[in-house]
Amino acid sequence: MRLFDLSFRVKLPLLGAVLIIVSALGVSSTLMIAAYGALREDLRLNSKVLGQALAPSLLQDMLHDDTWHAFETVSASTRITPDASPLKAKTLLVVDRALNVFVSSHPKVAPVLVPLQSLGSEYAALADRIPAGNDTETRAIELPDSSHLYILTPIADDHVRFGTLIIVVDKNFFLPRFYTIAWYGLLAGLLVLTLLLPINWYWGRRMALPLTQLTERMGEISQRLPASLDPEIYNYGDELGRLFNVYNQMLVELKTKTELENQIIQSERLAALGQLAAGIAHEINNPLGGMLTAIDTLKCHTDIDPQTKKAIDLIERGLTQIKDTVGALLVEARLKSRNLAPQDIDDVMTLVMPQAHKKTLRITTRNELRAEVRLPATLVRQILINLLLNAVEASLAQGIITCTIEAREGFLYLLVTNNGRIPSSEQLSRLFDPFFSQKDNGHGLGLWVTYQIVNQLGGKITATKEGNQMHFSVEIPVEASQ
Amino acid sequence: MSGISLPVGNISSATGWKSTLFLNFCVTLLIQFSSWAVFAEQTEPPIRFGVTPAIVHDQYGVLDDWRVYLERKLQRKVEFVSRDSYRDTIDLLKQKKLDFAWVSTYPYVYLTQQGYARLLVTPLYRGRPYYSAYLIVPASDTQTTSLLQLEGKVFAFADLYSNTGYLVPRHFLRSAGKDENHFFRKTFFTWSHRKVVMAVAEGLADGGSIDSFVWDTLSVIHPELTSQTRIVSKSEEYGFPPIVANTAVSKRDSIVMRDALMDMGKDLDGISLLKKLNIDGFIPGNPKLYENVVKLQRTFGEP
Repeated sequence: MRLFDLSFRVKLPLLGAVLIIVSALGVSSTLMIAAYGALREDLRLNSKVLGQALAPSLLQDMLHDDTWHAFETVSASTRITPDASPLKAKTLLVVDRALNVFVSSHPKVAPVLVPLQSLGSEYAALADRIPAGNDTETRAIELPDSSHLYILTPIADDHVRFGTLIIVVDKNFFLPRFYTIAWYGLLAGLLVLTLLLPINWYWGRRMALPLTQLTERMGEISQRLPASLDPEIYNYGDELGRLFNVYNQMLVELKTKTELENQIIQSERLAALGQLAAGIAHEINNPLGGMLTAIDTLKCHTDIDPQTKKAIDLIERGLTQIKDTVGALLVEARLKSRNLAPQDIDDVMTLVMPQAHKKTLRITTRNELRAEVRLPATLVRQILINLLLNAVEASLAQGIITCTIEAREGFLYLLVTNNGRIPSSEQLSRLFDPFFSQKDNGHGLGLWVTYQIVNQLGGKITATKEGNQMHFSVEIPVEASQ
Repeated sequence: MSGISLPVGNISSATGWKSTLFLNFCVTLLIQFSSWAVFAEQTEPPIRFGVTPAIVHDQYGVLDDWRVYLERKLQRKVEFVSRDSYRDTIDLLKQKKLDFAWVSTYPYVYLTQQGYARLLVTPLYRGRPYYSAYLIVPASDTQTTSLLQLEGKVFAFADLYSNTGYLVPRHFLRSAGKDENHFFRKTFFTWSHRKVVMAVAEGLADGGSIDSFVWDTLSVIHPELTSQTRIVSKSEEYGFPPIVANTAVSKRDSIVMRDALMDMGKDLDGISLLKKLNIDGFIPGNPKLYENVVKLQRTFGEP
């Protein structure tokens, strides 16, 4: 797995942490380099100042050959405690024009009158760098591979050089101070890191969590419609928050689209079935009509023996049953009928009540119709009877059926609700198919017929389940009154 | 305006008798002040006491205790005047700016010969009024057994007017047939016996000559310093550096001072001070003690 393939949950906090650490290191190392440079410059400057401060006094000592006073002067500068002063010279040497030691702070190492060249390779190299003429400039000299810094201050008056003061300083004298500064810098850096890293970690995960959830949900889309996201997870108006909203909106639209597709499929299927059924019914009805007329004619003949009459009756009953069945399949809505009146609803209830009482069910009716509705009363009554009988059939004993009828805004609405046996989703999609029945008796044409009637009236019927409740809702457009 | 002038008039009239009283008071004060002034003029000036590097003269705490002690004994203000070089103290005595001084033996000889000062008391050191010169070398030098081995070396002297710190080693060299002016490669003065010890201890000088009393005192109060040096040889004994009185000082004052010094061994404070000064007491000065110094001085003349 490559680093950039990692989850945002890890990558964001990690990236933040790396950025914080890099910035902390960058800032602190810049400061430390600056501090190092400043301390180093201080050392040179302080050494030069020390040299220039001592030179006039040492000049007098050289002129008066006052070795002791010169010694007191140079040795005092090496006895300053490092804490009290930004500079502690390691050694101070005064050499005369011939480069012999006039005095030194450490006579045991550099005794008086000894030539500078004989004090070791560094001093020998230094001796070559001391200008021979009356040069009166203070110089800082760094010899290669030496741990010392040499400050050469001329001991001169009126441009006549009598000797040279050599201040030897440890090049790294300021290192302890530098380390102290660096240590404080490090502590401050660590403090900042301990504060920022947890914040960064929390924030990074906070950012990544919605993203990962979104990714997981999106991944599910190909298999099924995923659940919507809890907007509380990321309740802000930035791009991520907007992505959340867009996602949820997309889910709603997807859901609607799927439902619509299902409805279309179902209605197309039912329409095709309707056409097929109607076609078959017509094909059967034509010969059937002929057969029934023929039997009728046959029955008018009186000279038929009782055996034959019995057979003719049998055929007639059979053909009549076929006619009924075909007639049921072939829903004819273009039936002329009177308009629907509020009284029709009460009639339907009266018709259904005995069935309901048998199962000790309770039917609550809310009839909002106050006037006639311009819809064929026979068909609406049939729809309502079919739905109510279906509800009675599906209900368990002592169940409750509610029925609402209302007409508003140019539509008639019927709503029948019952609890009891609830069809599965699979069954729900085939509820309006002909000969689909959940019960042992019955031919399974009730809902089919209802569907056909509603369809022919230009309305819509939907069956939905909600918990252990089943809703059938019908919506039929009412002809506008002239 | 009238409102203001009225009370003013009132005051001036009311203070008439009061101002007479005030005048009387002022006159009384004036008389009082003038009598005080007369008293102040009569108050004796402080005794000025010179100290030199002949003793460990930078023990300022001890010197201050001694000053307070003498003030109590003499019932007079005492000022201690410390100078690093003998020449400075000699000059102050010459100019009568010092009443008494604790000087080295050579300045004593010089001052008495010139009539600037007279011998007052001689301290007793280890029960006797004598001291000597020590030839010291750095402790790391374990070879040197005589001054003659330091030829061509760097040598530290204490003072141009010092007996043990200058005259004695030079006299030794001259007696050994050496040219004392060219024997050493380099010499320098530290203007203090104590600093001779420091110069030798630090290795600035290969050798030095020093007052035995100073070295012995230092070995008690600063053993870490003297332990860095080694005594090679001790000279013959000389009279201990005395306390002299300026010839300008009255006999009476001299006697009072002499008695105060000689009585130090008789009270606890005095004994404690003597202990700190590392001496046992004072005896009346006797010029005979310093005859061998006079001889040296005659050999070399005034520096």
